[in-house]
Amino acid sequence: MTRKKKRLTLIVAAMAVLGSALGLVLYALRDNIVFFYGPSEIVAKDLPPGTRVRIGGLVKKGSVVHDGTDVRFDVTDGKHEIAVSYDGALPDLFREGQGVVAEGVLSAGGLNASEVLAKHDERYMPKEVVDALKKSGRWQENADMGGNAQ
Amino acid sequence: MIVETGHFALILALALACLNAVVPLWGVAARDSRLMGIAPSVALAGFGFVALSYAALTYAHVTSDFSLINVLENSASAKPLIYKITGVWGNHEGSMLLWVLILAVFAAAVALSSRTMPQDLHAAVLAVQSWISAAFLIFILLTSDPFARIPNPPIEGRDLNPLLQDPGLAIHPPLLYLGYVGLSITFAFAAGALICGRIDAVWARLVRPWTLIAWIFLTLGIAMGSYWAYYTLGWGGFWFWDPVENASLMPWLAATALLHSAAVMEKREALKVWTIFLAILAFSLSLVGTFIVRSGVLTSVHSFANDPRRGVFILAILVFFIGGALLLFALRANTLKPGGFFAPISREGALVLNNLVLTTICATVFVGEMYPLALESLTGEKISVGGPFFNATVVPLFLPLVLLMPVGQNLAWKRGDFLGAAQRLYFALLCGLALMLVLADWHQNGPLTAILVSGLGLYLIVGAFAEIVSRSFGRAALVKGGLAQIWRHAAGLPLSTYGTALAHAGIGVSLLGLAATGWGAEKILTMKPGDSAIVGPYQLTLTQIGVETGPNFTAKVGHVVIRKGGRDIAAIDPAVRFYPTRQMSRAEAGIKTIDFGQVYVGISNGVKPGTVDARLYWKPLVTLIWIGALIMGFGGLVSLSDRRLRIGVAHRVRRLADAQQAPAE
Repeated sequence: MTRKKKRLTLIVAAMAVLGSALGLVLYALRDNIVFFYGPSEIVAKDLPPGTRVRIGGLVKKGSVVHDGTDVRFDVTDGKHEIAVSYDGALPDLFREGQGVVAEGVLSAGGLNASEVLAKHDERYMPKEVVDALKKSGRWQENADMGGNAQ
Repeated sequence: MIVETGHFALILALALACLNAVVPLWGVAARDSRLMGIAPSVALAGFGFVALSYAALTYAHVTSDFSLINVLENSASAKPLIYKITGVWGNHEGSMLLWVLILAVFAAAVALSSRTMPQDLHAAVLAVQSWISAAFLIFILLTSDPFARIPNPPIEGRDLNPLLQDPGLAIHPPLLYLGYVGLSITFAFAAGALICGRIDAVWARLVRPWTLIAWIFLTLGIAMGSYWAYYTLGWGGFWFWDPVENASLMPWLAATALLHSAAVMEKREALKVWTIFLAILAFSLSLVGTFIVRSGVLTSVHSFANDPRRGVFILAILVFFIGGALLLFALRANTLKPGGFFAPISREGALVLNNLVLTTICATVFVGEMYPLALESLTGEKISVGGPFFNATVVPLFLPLVLLMPVGQNLAWKRGDFLGAAQRLYFALLCGLALMLVLADWHQNGPLTAILVSGLGLYLIVGAFAEIVSRSFGRAALVKGGLAQIWRHAAGLPLSTYGTALAHAGIGVSLLGLAATGWGAEKILTMKPGDSAIVGPYQLTLTQIGVETGPNFTAKVGHVVIRKGGRDIAAIDPAVRFYPTRQMSRAEAGIKTIDFGQVYVGISNGVKPGTVDARLYWKPLVTLIWIGALIMGFGGLVSLSDRRLRIGVAHRVRRLADAQQAPAE
């Protein structure tokens, strides 16, 4: 093989690997990313059922209903609420009145969650939740809803 | 008093680091060996002061000195001693001090290995390392002082985050830091080589042990973190594509690529520019990881309470070192003689392909990591890029690499023979296919990917040793005959060949464990004493729920009996602990290992009194995932002990090899 051919082989191999990576990334970004919204945004955007989203807010006090391992609760940002249903074990730190992030598929009745995350300790609240609460104007620094995260 | 000594020692360490950052470089420029000669002793002294400072902070934690904010916020007098010691790095300030301590440990290790290195390179490497130490010492002293006091200390501290009160904390962060910070040495070697204009095969040989050390620790640290998450988060996940996990995966990928490209540089004096670039990249990615974890731009289980000033500071360090190194690289790159191109079908060709794929995977992870941040800062839209993205991109890039790994091992340097290499792999391919057929028969509807990945894993394990087997049982052995000849051939192979085989086989073992997750079983249900459930081949019965009191927690403990075929096999006691000082609970999963698989039970408080919410899993072969990583680390260790990697003994090894008529390497 001549020097030129060897170089060409390398370039072709590099293009092939990078090209396939780029293809995979673009494909995956189209299908596999999930947008994050607060309850008010969900209401405002009027997303079609079947959309996969992450929502964040506070678990509305008194809204948690257990039915076997099924659990239903409302996520609120103080202005709007989204009903969430979830079949599975809740994280240990899931509490009424505290921050939560749920990921799942929107349906007519609310969100069918496949994953529920709660904050990690008494000083920490998911950043998404803080931002969602700030957007709806219900965030108070050091208020009794999980403390401030930053 | 001891605390103030620690604080003062840290300031002295900074002064020494500043001194060592300048004088040896001056010596290199002036070719003055006295100026260069101070570098090792100053590095050792710097290590002494950082160690003293670290010991002082440990003392404050062990004696529960709550007048220190750091101790107050992260400790409590009732906390067990082991967590008082490990709790030193279970918070932002202390972990940064550990980071600096490990920087100093590596600097001291380099200082002591002067015998094997040209003096100018030695001085330059230590100087660059001192720049890094100085930057992080300033960072600690200005933004994250672990020795800050408060005027009126309370009697009791706020305790350590319960998730961190775990033996995992004793192992995972130090291992990972040894890996992250170990890459600072390869970075310092790259910068030193650029400064001294010593970019050659000798440099590649010198840097390889350090890269290997960092790589071994990084591998073990990541695996340990994964196992910790697995048993402590209570639902048996072991890899979440969490931003912080990705932050550790990226330097690992870069370091793995660096190990392979340094081999090419050592043997063939090629890929010089690329190898230097990778050495810079690997440490840069460590810094990016630190930035991501510590700045609070992303939230994860790993975030400590954040202060935006720190993020800006780390960003400045990041820009300074990456920018500085790349500038140096740009200024010096033109002085490098380009290495020749080589035949695509050859060992070095395969290693280039390996580098291409690994860096591409690394870039892909980087895109997934940064895309949400970029999108949010540009459009305000919030998205999460999680498991599905990475599974759809990393896995398809990685699996072909696995197929080619044994092929590369069997190609000769300079001019390889693809068909010959493939021939040596017939047996491995056969094993892989046979396993797939057997599994397809057992699991008629079992997930196709699990069957394919299992076959690939076995092929990789067997294929990893094909080179050793064919070189030991080579034609010469058949002609001359005798086991003795085969043994002599096998013993004559360099240890690094065995190291490579083990590391590759380790990946195969992990793949088997990953594949087997496809055949796991899980049940989530509310249980009261007496309830039982069938999970996989086992019947799990909750016999009682008890209460237990620990030093700083109370726990609800379930007793679960594992039965198979009517016979009791074992019993486990999953628990959920409540830590009153933090008003926080954490699950203690009950785990029983049976034939490399695990029965895993996590419980949380049930809604109705007298019940628990239980998560029951059967995870066949799951331990292979981490055993594979251990084998990889062990392979690295074997490779590290290869005498050829140490300068000065090379001629002795050659003599030995000649005596044994080993095939020419």
